[in-house]
Amino acid sequence: MAEPLDTQGAAGEVTDDAQLTIAGRTLRSRLLLGTGGFPSLELMAAAIAASASELVTVALRRVGAAGSSPQGTSLVDVLTGTGVQLLPNTAGCHTARDAVITARLAREAFETDWIKLEVIGDEDTLLPDAPELLRAAEELVDEGFVVLPYTTDDPVLARRLADIGCAAVMPLGSPIGSGMGIRNPYNIALIREAVEVPVILDAGIGTASDAALAMELGCDGVMAASAISRAQDPVRMAAAMRDAVSAGRLARGAGRIPRRRYANASTPDEGLPVFD
Amino acid sequence: MIVLNGEGSDVAAGESVLDVLARLGFGRDARGVAVAVDGEVVSRAQWESFTLAADATVEVLTAMQGG
Repeated sequence: MAEPLDTQGAAGEVTDDAQLTIAGRTLRSRLLLGTGGFPSLELMAAAIAASASELVTVALRRVGAAGSSPQGTSLVDVLTGTGVQLLPNTAGCHTARDAVITARLAREAFETDWIKLEVIGDEDTLLPDAPELLRAAEELVDEGFVVLPYTTDDPVLARRLADIGCAAVMPLGSPIGSGMGIRNPYNIALIREAVEVPVILDAGIGTASDAALAMELGCDGVMAASAISRAQDPVRMAAAMRDAVSAGRLARGAGRIPRRRYANASTPDEGLPVFD
Repeated sequence: MIVLNGEGSDVAAGESVLDVLARLGFGRDARGVAVAVDGEVVSRAQWESFTLAADATVEVLTAMQGG
């Protein structure tokens, strides 16, 4: 019996274009990169180059905190030197209020009104807090932010976020940093059907095949962070993710064959000799 | 006492946000830096004119790798 997922992504439904448009801004790559976890700024810059990503996340922390940028500028200088657009996040925020204030500060620090909105509800799983997320998203949309919310793989929540004006939705494949890939591909495919805005698979990507699967499910983009920055060779993994996103997008547009329980010979039986 | 990034400080009432930034090694053109006082953003344009009350809570934030 064919999997429900197989009937989606028929040829022609999507094109294999490399461009991703969010809130009217066109990016030449469908891969978003997280900057956390790279052992050095040099390696981070090399991985960004290899990934071809044009949109990379950055966090805000107290000056003097471990890992905060010395004199606050070197990280920003390196990132802007690579030509990417910065996507500040609200990582670590647990309430709508904290996330909204952090977004306002990020707008001030990085001179962008784009925000990757994260409101965390649980320390062990880092799963989003849905009511707080909706509240924060609504307020930030009202304030003119381009809001890209990190959300669960719940199609109803994704639709609510899109309905209140989020510029994209970023459902998780599995918990942040877990590398467990996409645990519920059915929900990711349902989210693609539920919203008009771009769907960017966020969190859980472990390796290139996970990114390809996301695109095959109909996602418009993939965000990878730990999968690249904590790989044995981050630069090589960045290139692998770049190609996986591209291959998955092509495959989605090509329309895969349905799965079936038994074989279906690709070579015809007609003309088969008989050796009695 | 003025609390700076979660700790008591010797910042005095009446000092400006720009004065606090100078203590931390930042000038008015510092990139990737943002300031909140009592939970409200103080925009770059206000750094020099915004003076701190004796019980102000100041957060000075900067870029960190993440996400």
